[in-house]
Amino acid sequence: MRELIIAELSQVLEEMARGFAHYLPRLIVMLILALAGWLIAYVAKIILRSILRLIQFDRLSENAGASQLLNKAALPSATEVLSRFVFWVVWLGFILLGVSVLGILGLQEQVAKFFIFLPRLFVAMFIFFFGLLAATFFSRAVLLASVNANVPSPRFLSLAVRTVIIVFVLSIVFEELGLAEQTMLVAFGIVFGALMLGLAIAFGLGGRDLAQAFLERRFLRISKDENEDELSPL
Amino acid sequence: MAEENLLTDDFVRQLINVGEVDILVGLPTYNNAKTIGAVVQSVQSGILRWFPRERAVIINADGGSRDGTPGLVTGVSIDDMRPVASMNALRTLHSISTQYANTPANGVALRSILAAAELLRAKACVVISPDSENIEGEWLWRLLRPVYKDGFDFVTPTYHRHKFDGLLVTNLLYPMTRALYGLRIREPYTSEYGFSGNLGSQFLARNPWEDKSNDSWGELRFTLEAIRERSRICQAFLGNKHHVERRPSDLVPALRQTVGPLFSALDSDFSIWSSVTGSQPIGTTGPDSPELLEPVRVNRKRLREMFSSGVADLSSVFQSILAASTLSELQRIARQSETEFEYSAELWVRTVYEFAASYRKSVINRDHIIQALAPLFRGRAFTFITENRNGSAADVENNIESLCLEFERLKPYLLQMWRSGQ
Repeated sequence: MRELIIAELSQVLEEMARGFAHYLPRLIVMLILALAGWLIAYVAKIILRSILRLIQFDRLSENAGASQLLNKAALPSATEVLSRFVFWVVWLGFILLGVSVLGILGLQEQVAKFFIFLPRLFVAMFIFFFGLLAATFFSRAVLLASVNANVPSPRFLSLAVRTVIIVFVLSIVFEELGLAEQTMLVAFGIVFGALMLGLAIAFGLGGRDLAQAFLERRFLRISKDENEDELSPL
Repeated sequence: MAEENLLTDDFVRQLINVGEVDILVGLPTYNNAKTIGAVVQSVQSGILRWFPRERAVIINADGGSRDGTPGLVTGVSIDDMRPVASMNALRTLHSISTQYANTPANGVALRSILAAAELLRAKACVVISPDSENIEGEWLWRLLRPVYKDGFDFVTPTYHRHKFDGLLVTNLLYPMTRALYGLRIREPYTSEYGFSGNLGSQFLARNPWEDKSNDSWGELRFTLEAIRERSRICQAFLGNKHHVERRPSDLVPALRQTVGPLFSALDSDFSIWSSVTGSQPIGTTGPDSPELLEPVRVNRKRLREMFSSGVADLSSVFQSILAASTLSELQRIARQSETEFEYSAELWVRTVYEFAASYRKSVINRDHIIQALAPLFRGRAFTFITENRNGSAADVENNIESLCLEFERLKPYLLQMWRSGQ
């Protein structure tokens, strides 16, 4: 009996030693990959940060309104955030590559999913950033045009344009990421529909006098006072 | 000549048939059927009277008129003018029309005229506005003679205006070009001007057709080109400048056509304007003292209201463009009552210079910067009108002069902002 137990234990220890010996090189490879990944990620961060500073990415981000969002969230500049993001994505990528070398079946599948997801994440970020840029540009254009045309509530109009564009962009981003596609689609439909209905009602009720004044000005030509300030700038 | 390739074959054929000319009259048009007939008649009578021996041509560059304007230009016969002018032209007067595009663009119209002048080797050229209802034949003499006879390269007009007409010219374009380039050109943006064929060719060479940014910019760029090339410049008095009815919405296009090219030129001309101090008068033919025309009605209340609401609504935009101290000062005066309101000359000059520096840095979209200036200009216009409501011609002139001196005094501030941005 005693011999049997010793034999079993020896066998287990041998198998453990064999298993350890089998995994040790893989573990070393994983550590090397993680270390090399850190180095590459760090270099990538430095290079990217220099390029972004060179192309004045912070100004672009400020124009897009992204810097204001980052400030509100007490985060560093857009250049710093993007550089750090790339650092972590690259390093995480190398670590996961190392983990896959270990040959653990469940983990390998998850690692593969991560690498498939990565391009979609970048595309989503790209869409989000340029969506913010478009929202800022068009909302500012509406604001300026409304102010110069003396249209009432220019800030409301500008905000409405910004909201519609951001909601639209977010729905595309979530669809790209594959997160809650149906929910986002329905939410977008509800928000967009509500906004349009609200605007239609507001225009119909609130703008009744405005519409009347416009039509009178257009067709009855009773706008002498209104046309008084026709100073010629040139 | 790359320019020739962008002229239509038919236009080039017509130009070849004309041959070389001494005098070229350019008429950029777009839906000017109401006024163009009288303008062409005045041009023809001017040529008959003042240049009967010279080879002359009228070039109409049309931006796609739908009211038959080109036909009216080419349809007016010089024979109709002969009994009136009591003279005979000794040469054939050609009238040629070309449609450069389906939509009007000042810069393209001007370059079409300049390209024609270059092909025809015109010695002296003049551009006349198609809506100059009060044009006289003598305008041609006044704008062309200094070029044709006295060796000048560029002739800008001066007019009798109402004291509140052309406020953008008197409150921004004239003082700023004067302070920056050191020449007192009263109408840097003008729709009537004379120039030599050489200056026209130089302008074409520096503003290639391929550069689409020039398409909507013509007149002011041409004035700046003359200054840049150190051309011989003089001014000619033309008479009354008739008030043209405008809508408030016309202000933004006017700013785009004038302030846009001026701010844009500052970058490339830094080496020129940075070394200029003070300003020099330029020779003017005609009366020196300004005479004011009949008053025009101005709704001052609305000007101030649009300024105040503009400052409130555009504060987020102004934060990107203006210095904090300037913005807070604007916000302070925006809250003032109509009687207390004063947009001082110093604050106005600082505003304009900060806009110019922001335009250069493109802190936001450049067209948005130009649009954002409109409500502030209305505030300055309100103060100018209030200050000069009961003023004589001399008072108004003194006021403009003191504004010009303020632009010159604060020029180091602009230089400082420019250098800090480099």
